[in-house]
Amino acid sequence: MNLKPETYQRIDEVITHYPVKRSATLPLLHLIQEDVGHISEEAITWIAQKLELQPINVLEVVTFYPMFRRAPIGRRHIKVCRTLSCALSGGYKTCDTFEKEFCTHRGEISPDGEVTVEFVECLASCGTAPVVMIDEILHEKVDVTKAKQLSAQIKAEAAARK
Amino acid sequence: MPAPEQRRIIFQHIDEPGYTNDIDCYLRNGGYEVLKKAVGRKPEELIDEVKKSGLRGRGGAGFPCGVKWGLVDRKSGKPIYLIVNADESEPGTFKDRYIMHQDPHQLIEGTIISCFANNVKQAYIYIRGEMPEGARILEKAIAEARAKNFVGPNILGTGYSCEIYVHRGAGAYICGEETGLIESLEGKRANPRIKPPYFPAVLGLYQCPTIVNNVETLCHVKYIAEHGGEAYAKIGTPNNTGTRIFCVSGHVQRPGYYEFPAGTITMGQLLNDVCGGPLPGRTFKAVIPGGSSAKILRFGERFKGKRKVGTEMVDYDWGVEDVPMDFDSLGMIGTMGGSGGVIVMDDTVNMVEALANINAFYSHESCGQCTPCREGSLWMKKISSRMVHGDARPQDGALLKSVADQIPGRTICAFGEACSWPTQSFIAKFTDEFNNYHEAKKQPKPAAANVLV
Ligand SMILES: Cc1cc2nc3c(=O)[nH]c(=O)nc-3n(C[C@H](O)[C@H](O)[C@H](O)COP(=O)(O)O)c2cc1C
Ligand code: SF4
Ligand code: FES
Repeated sequence: MNLKPETYQRIDEVITHYPVKRSATLPLLHLIQEDVGHISEEAITWIAQKLELQPINVLEVVTFYPMFRRAPIGRRHIKVCRTLSCALSGGYKTCDTFEKEFCTHRGEISPDGEVTVEFVECLASCGTAPVVMIDEILHEKVDVTKAKQLSAQIKAEAAARK
Repeated sequence: MPAPEQRRIIFQHIDEPGYTNDIDCYLRNGGYEVLKKAVGRKPEELIDEVKKSGLRGRGGAGFPCGVKWGLVDRKSGKPIYLIVNADESEPGTFKDRYIMHQDPHQLIEGTIISCFANNVKQAYIYIRGEMPEGARILEKAIAEARAKNFVGPNILGTGYSCEIYVHRGAGAYICGEETGLIESLEGKRANPRIKPPYFPAVLGLYQCPTIVNNVETLCHVKYIAEHGGEAYAKIGTPNNTGTRIFCVSGHVQRPGYYEFPAGTITMGQLLNDVCGGPLPGRTFKAVIPGGSSAKILRFGERFKGKRKVGTEMVDYDWGVEDVPMDFDSLGMIGTMGGSGGVIVMDDTVNMVEALANINAFYSHESCGQCTPCREGSLWMKKISSRMVHGDARPQDGALLKSVADQIPGRTICAFGEACSWPTQSFIAKFTDEFNNYHEAKKQPKPAAANVLV
């Protein structure tokens, strides 16, 4: 595996947290996904070897948990909460807005490669609905106006990079 | 009657200006003083205080914490584990988030006290994957506490050692169920285990005795260790002791979190006085009182029966507004206090659409082990979403109910109940709306109505 030295270090450290190596499956998947962006076939075999498991033991975990993905996504990940409290406060409109702003559909990479917009289930911030997580940051009360602002910000950051 | 005053014992410092989540701020506010005293006491004494307090778990089931601790197998010679359930994934619930983000040391102190009381040497905080910032905050807080010798080897020179590690989930709701959580922590799919024999107190993590408690529950333990079980039991009402945090979301003027002595506030006071009532020009239609799986209440329905007050049995005749928000009263009227997540819906909401939203959640989250749950939740979703997006038929309500009725009691874990209660209760209480949906959907919607599914 071609990982950052820091990732290797964190992997070795986290394995020590458990009396049974297999427990480190989720932490390793997180660390590798954070480093590489998704979980490749190679990552699955590598983790299996590292934790003395069969690749199927790792694969079945990857396919069970919604946060792990087998393929790359857009540069930024926009997760809009779909569940009841957010929907009651206009979460579907929020999601539509992001889709329109980036000319994309839920679950796909936008044509410019900049974002993947997705619906996710309750993010445990229902009191400030509708909520959206962009990468690791939670944004609260994201109505259509705020969704447009956030989109503009992402576009501006993308333009600045070019 | 106006609502009682909030009493914030767990949320004392939440949103307090200038209060930060680092250890210096916590220490300035008397932090870890309770731990210092607790480690000088006998562990059994602490367990006794928790028993006396009457504390009931805040994760959803309301199981007495002291009783749970009493069930732990202490003779097996195996290590005892404690897991903090920080999965907070029941829709409508958002209290643990604020504790972990704004006051993480309160949780860590409560956890170490609970570990000491139960002779636990290793604890894990299982935090849901969608809280990466929360996980970082907790890891930093644990490191700070370790540096000050509140966590780690030989805590405060007592010879007692205990480690805490943070373990992140990855987006699966079923990890909130304690045995699913344990499987997940073992590095597997979060398939709940069958009870018996897998009661965590006996056969939990790595087949060792394990205590699983909710974040908020452990914060209450800290308060109990400080003030004593008896003093704690004086807050609230008998059998519903201490404070309760309500997470109110949906159609009210002031959604948010509010902490009250348990059983002292009614639904009406909470929604009208505390949360400012319905949005302008609207009226309340329905409310789910304890997380999305709790059975729904319809404004206008009445509940009658007898209940115990002190030693006497008295008649009660309540509207939804009159119901005291405690475990027992909510249980009496056929629903539950659950995790404290109160979801409010006003007259713009169509109940078929709201149910379709909930059904989509449960169908997505079933772990798939039990056929009734996996197939039932899927079909409830398919039928209710077909009603909204395709053809609706007058008999769909009955069809949905027949699917829901075949799930509870036939599954490995309580998810089976959790996914069928919404359908059962929505259809029981809004029968006409389901029967007439095929007509109603042809009518224009209220301007303020939102798409729900
Ligand atoms: C489907 C399901 C989901 C659950 N989700 C959570 C959760 O997100 N957080 C939580 O603390 N408890 C959750 N629970 C309850 C736990 O199984 C367990 O009862 C609880 O963590 C015990 O802690 P307590 O006694 O302190 O409440 C869930 C239970 C079920 C059946
Ligand atoms: S009831 Fe549902 S969630 Fe629980 S074990 Fe069975 S299939 Fe899984
Ligand atoms: S419903 Fe969206 S955060 Fe809970």
